[in-house]
Amino acid sequence: MIIVFCLGIESTAHTFSCSVVNEGGILSDVRSVYKASEGKGIHPREAAIHHADNSKKVLDTALNDARISIKDIDVIAYSKGPGLGPCLRVGAVIARALAVYYNKPLVPVNHAVAHLELGMMLTRANDPLALLISGGHCMILALSNNRWRVFGETLDITLGQLLDQFGREAGFASPCGAIIEELAERSHNYYTLPYSIKGNDVSYSGLLTAAKKALKSNRLEDICYSLQETAFSMLTEAVERALAFTEKRELLVVGGVAANKRLAYLLEQVCKLHDAKLFVVPTKFAGDCGAQIAWTGLLEYHAGISIKVEDATVIQSWRLDTVDIIWNRQTLLH
Amino acid sequence: MLIKRGAEAEIRLIDWYGKKAISKLRISKPYRNKILDESIRKHRTIHEAYMLHIAKNAGVSTPCIYFLDPINSEIIMEYIDGIIVKDMIDKDIELSREMGKIVGKLHKNDIIHGDLTTSNFLIKNDKLVLIDFGLSFKSKRIEDKAVDIRLVKEILSSAHVDIFEKALRLFLDGYNSVYEIDKILEKVKKIEMRGRYARVI
Repeated sequence: MIIVFCLGIESTAHTFSCSVVNEGGILSDVRSVYKASEGKGIHPREAAIHHADNSKKVLDTALNDARISIKDIDVIAYSKGPGLGPCLRVGAVIARALAVYYNKPLVPVNHAVAHLELGMMLTRANDPLALLISGGHCMILALSNNRWRVFGETLDITLGQLLDQFGREAGFASPCGAIIEELAERSHNYYTLPYSIKGNDVSYSGLLTAAKKALKSNRLEDICYSLQETAFSMLTEAVERALAFTEKRELLVVGGVAANKRLAYLLEQVCKLHDAKLFVVPTKFAGDCGAQIAWTGLLEYHAGISIKVEDATVIQSWRLDTVDIIWNRQTLLH
Repeated sequence: MLIKRGAEAEIRLIDWYGKKAISKLRISKPYRNKILDESIRKHRTIHEAYMLHIAKNAGVSTPCIYFLDPINSEIIMEYIDGIIVKDMIDKDIELSREMGKIVGKLHKNDIIHGDLTTSNFLIKNDKLVLIDFGLSFKSKRIEDKAVDIRLVKEILSSAHVDIFEKALRLFLDGYNSVYEIDKILEKVKKIEMRGRYARVI
């Protein structure tokens, strides 16, 4: 097989990242992360300005780290969606410009599918039930008939949003998962919060309201602990239901929230109960990164997918279960 | 004899005074906080027994309860010697219509099942028996009925991809023959739009 070098550009939300991969693996992955001010969420326009300002440095470093010149890159992949419009457009503009100027093929990548593909590659999971948990996603999925099918998801906000919105109310800056986890470790006082599970789906909006309210008259540590326990137990139960229903023997966890140790522990327990093997994407590649886009772009390129420059737009709400998975990852994994 | 390790309970085939019976034991989850775990198990066990009974009054076949032990979170109930719809529906798509009729009957009586997957419908003597009422409750709200329907849609579109559209249509037909569905379908759309990157089929 000819070695193909793919440059991936990620810019869906707070992270701008470039990465170079080939069939042998990830050669570089460089990121610059926009930080919102305390108590505030991500501001799309400000994040987009951050991305534009840092794009040259990130791109140059990614190429340098991979010891490759842009001229020797074979394919350029970019995240086409889903995500925040202004942020996505920065990545798309850069991808189009590079593709035109250096005359390289351009490949559009669905950011959510890319989380899953990178997870599959790094963990070598084979036929998993997959849990995608990040700021933008909270879904339980499995591959069948060439698409990722949704077996369960949140009916309203995602786990990442729950933690971030609660954290902001408590005065932290997004993303708030790490600080909530740290505070939660200092408490074992469970304060009863609404536990809402609907079949394989969860609903977090009621829990968010109750937790914010409880914040006013309770110790912060206790509420962090109770919020985490309730939210994670709900998700773990939804996963357990989906595991029992699909009878899968593998569970793959990807997305930024996969870095949470407590949640990983709960999922490990559930896998033990159902004789399933747990694959958690390495923390370094759990959050948004160029590598997910580059790797998926490479898979797509080998399957003959590319896009004309004039068609290389962005789609802010591009659901991952509408993407046909026509590439064959097995041929690239040895 | 352990016949199934479900998501929340162990299902055993046992002998109950000379009769084959099912023991459904809600086991403690090591991953859950103790207070949360005990309250969930106890609540669901008592509730399930009650709802199995209510559903029967609504004309839906459910297993008979023989014994209830809320302390140990165990229900002893009738053994249904049947196969799950999940394994048959792809060959016998008409089963979706029957599922629809059953759910229609429940909703007409303000019973929300809460976990309408194809593995919770059993086929016995060509008739459907509905099981697993652990997440069920009484409600008149259209929202709750719509969430029930949405789950059916989710399961058909993920686990039964090849027959999804036709099966859903038959399901809705069956449902509508028992209970007016229009308002509920409107609500299903609204619920779907609430999710992120929502898309309505």
